[in-house]
Amino acid sequence: MSLTPKDYDRMTKEASPGTKSWRNIPLAFLIGGLICTLGQGLTQWYLSMGMAKDEAAAWTSVTLVGLSALLTGLRVYDNIAKFGGAGTLVPITGFANAVVSPAIEFKSEGLVLGLGAKMFIIAGPVIVYGITAAAVYGLILFVMGGY
Amino acid sequence: MLPYLKAFLVGGAFCALGQVFIDYTKLTPARILVAYVVSGVVLGGLGIYQPIIDFAGAGATVPLTGFGALLAKGTREALVEKGLLGALSGGFTAAAAGIAAAVVFGFLVALVCRSGDKG
Repeated sequence: MSLTPKDYDRMTKEASPGTKSWRNIPLAFLIGGLICTLGQGLTQWYLSMGMAKDEAAAWTSVTLVGLSALLTGLRVYDNIAKFGGAGTLVPITGFANAVVSPAIEFKSEGLVLGLGAKMFIIAGPVIVYGITAAAVYGLILFVMGGY
Repeated sequence: MLPYLKAFLVGGAFCALGQVFIDYTKLTPARILVAYVVSGVVLGGLGIYQPIIDFAGAGATVPLTGFGALLAKGTREALVEKGLLGALSGGFTAAAAGIAAAVVFGFLVALVCRSGDKG
């Protein structure tokens, strides 16, 4: 994605605080809600196949991640994100999009330091802080005992 | 129909809150994702998130806070099972399927797709 100054001005305007919130927030609610509803459908489908709750939830995540990766590759997800905003960011599909999008974008810089490294440009921090927070939580539980 | 409605409303609320952060703060999308995951770990650790999952199902597990809560849950369960080493490995283990799926699907899709393709 190469940005001209004109594109950048447009994006700045679109992202400016408050200007379109009356529209952005309900749209994020709608799109995000629909993605979660799809997730609920998948979960119930997997449960109906006799899976345990945790297993059905994991398969739901894997399915949504796969769908999002595919739609990102087809340039569909980014088009939904244009009006879905946080509705396409906050669900796990947004995490998958954040992995796939830079991987495609930076493939031209090589398969290792381009695709392989830039894949984690956003997912990396999410994993770093998530895993660290979980480890701190584990340590606190361990010290406090009684878990 | 009720589980779907609950998933829609609660999941939608998580996303609407994210949009408020985008519109009214200077938080970048990456920071919002990090904040959601860490909040999920904290809420999960405090036992606040599981009731939300019980109520809303995918409405609570699909947003990234659910990913954080899963990290906390995996950590706690592995701690009980394996002690301190489990506290270290449990989070990653619980989140492994989702992370590996993103990496593997991401790799395959990026391999096939070209930047700038309009398809």
